[in-house]
Amino acid sequence: MTRSRVSANLGRMADFYDNFLDESHRLLRTSCRRFAEAEIRPHVHDWEEAGIFPRELYTKAAAAGVLGVGFPEELGGSGGGALHQLMSLEGLMRGTSTGVAAGLGSLGIALPALVQSGDHGLAERFVRPALRGEKIACLGITEPGTGSDVAGVATRARREGDHYVVNGAKLFITSGVRADFMTVLARTGDDPHGGLTFFVLEKEMPGVTVSRSLKKTGWWASDTAELAFSDVRVPVENRVGPEGSGFKTLMRNFQTERLALAAYGVATAEIALEESMRYVRERKAFGRPIAGFQVTRHKLADMATQLLAAKTLTYQVATRMDRGEYVVKEVSAAKNLAAEVALAVTYEAVQLHGGMGYMRETVVERLARDARLLPIGGGTQEVMKEIIAKSMGF
Amino acid sequence: MKILVAFKRVIDPDARIKLTADKTAVDTESVEYKANPFCENALEEALRLKEEHDGEVVLVSLGGEDITQTIRAGLAMGADRAVRVEIEDKALDSDLAARIFAAVYKEEEDVDLFIFGKQAVDGDNNQVGQLTAQYLGLPQACFASEVEVDEDAGEATVTREVDGGLETLAVKLPAVITADLRLNTPRYAKLPDIMKARKKEIEELDLDDLEIEDTALKIEVVSLEEPPKRKGGEIVGSVDALVEKLKNEARAL
Ligand SMILES: Cc1cc2nc3c(=O)[nH]c(=O)nc-3n(C[C@H](O)[C@H](O)[C@H](O)COP(=O)(O)OP(=O)(O)OC[C@H]3O[C@@H](n4cnc5c(N)ncnc54)[C@H](O)[C@@H]3O)c2cc1C
Repeated sequence: MTRSRVSANLGRMADFYDNFLDESHRLLRTSCRRFAEAEIRPHVHDWEEAGIFPRELYTKAAAAGVLGVGFPEELGGSGGGALHQLMSLEGLMRGTSTGVAAGLGSLGIALPALVQSGDHGLAERFVRPALRGEKIACLGITEPGTGSDVAGVATRARREGDHYVVNGAKLFITSGVRADFMTVLARTGDDPHGGLTFFVLEKEMPGVTVSRSLKKTGWWASDTAELAFSDVRVPVENRVGPEGSGFKTLMRNFQTERLALAAYGVATAEIALEESMRYVRERKAFGRPIAGFQVTRHKLADMATQLLAAKTLTYQVATRMDRGEYVVKEVSAAKNLAAEVALAVTYEAVQLHGGMGYMRETVVERLARDARLLPIGGGTQEVMKEIIAKSMGF
Repeated sequence: MKILVAFKRVIDPDARIKLTADKTAVDTESVEYKANPFCENALEEALRLKEEHDGEVVLVSLGGEDITQTIRAGLAMGADRAVRVEIEDKALDSDLAARIFAAVYKEEEDVDLFIFGKQAVDGDNNQVGQLTAQYLGLPQACFASEVEVDEDAGEATVTREVDGGLETLAVKLPAVITADLRLNTPRYAKLPDIMKARKKEIEELDLDDLEIEDTALKIEVVSLEEPPKRKGGEIVGSVDALVEKLKNEARAL
């Protein structure tokens, strides 16, 4: 069955993209979309219901060059900057499951600390295999006792000769259930921020256990774990950077993570709008397509307006990141706006689908559930607002 | 091996399209374009043969400046360089396209294979590869689902999909092959290759640069008609009612 493609942009797509993208962005966008449409979309419903996607999707995505965008070519990545990353994330979302995109994307948050450390051993042992899709990576910051307040991290790493002994727990860890290695933030000193250090823990290390695989509102196709570490002996080579460098590294990497979440939000709203545009033309009530009601058309107009605002801001922030500008305030704003827009647009998309919008076979039903995470993960809406207010001098 | 690949840009076959006011063409005001899927199969096969036998893969495209983006997409998949012959889509029919391809073939020296898509999904004509073979006096193997090349023997073995089965042909090189969808799965263009493609050469030729005796169009599009609008679906109460409707309304039984 061929589906007619509806474009969700106001006016001509080309005009919008001309403002931000060069040929390399466009070609990458096409590649990533095609990958998602061929390799994810046909199976997505089954994977969502099963709560997992096949491991081989990592190697397929790596072979297609989708996985390593934004990572240096010298380490097996595809190169490219923030806008390229935006293209690959939005492209993967064409599979219509944030869970699949986030599961595949967990290396996007787990690897940057390793890459930035410049540590050759870590690059060979973890970065390269992950970018080849052979090893699954996850990032462990959040704990049962602390989330927004990173200074509250209580997982401890105590030095013993050429090892560290790690004890603690991590919660809500994306891809944690089947990860081969985890980039874990642990406490090596008492200073709230200066006492934090990243370590790479490996699945086979004695004392590493997956305590629970968590059931969630959305993001079903991505596994989410609670992890426990009990006297895990971690060799010094697995320390990422010098002791005490964890907090700074984390702050630096939050920017890309927040941009990624903004990208998910924009893609969510865009797909929800496209699905709605198609549905209102086909669905009839009172003898005419529901698109015939002015209230429907105005809903679509509002959805498109919100989408355009979030997309423009997100693309602009990525463009500025590529210029090397300091955009902590703007990226936080983009994340919040995109999350709000994704929630508002998916809400209306479900509404326009009527009862069908509440059924699990419907794409907008999934998007609406998946979107709820956006103002929570990667720094909550409130934490983003704190950052924005602070940079305004309050 | 030197392989030429005919590479055409088409209107996205999944997109909604409108006709122009005079109903002789598709309104291109707000359409999206992509490479013809069969041409991508042709290119993929050329790239695989190159990986196996070494050599060069050259794209040949006919069209205006604006098809450059599609050509770049082919270069990003891995073609080495491209030739674009400047001509408007409106000024082309299958016969002239074949005459141009034949002329480009003669300009390029020592070509072993010229691979085409079996048809373009816009015009669905399915004749350019065949005509080109004819004009060049080359053997042809169309609708290929498998291709193998024995360079020493100067021969290609081509499995082709024919009604109800498969036929295997051996053709002497140089030859013309047209690709079917099942021939392969085209690769995705990766960012490093996309970056490299920026620097690859696209040679631009005018019709005058080529030796073509007959440039007259043999076919004129008189009119196009949109398919009838789909009527809404209907839920029937029973199997009997369904059979009744299939028989008398849809005339499917
Ligand atoms: C599906 C999913 C996947 C995740 N994946 C990962 C992962 O891979 N790795 C990882 O480390 N973490 C992950 N997380 C955790 C996520 O980053 C945290 O849930 C998030 O940072 C919020 O932390 P918390 O849950 O502890 O909420 P809390 O910090 O307990 O916050 C509770 C509420 O209090 C508010 N609040 C807190 N502080 C303030 C303040 N100063 N001012 C005003 N309000 C405040 C918050 O905004 C929120 O509304 C994931 C979470 C989910 C749900």
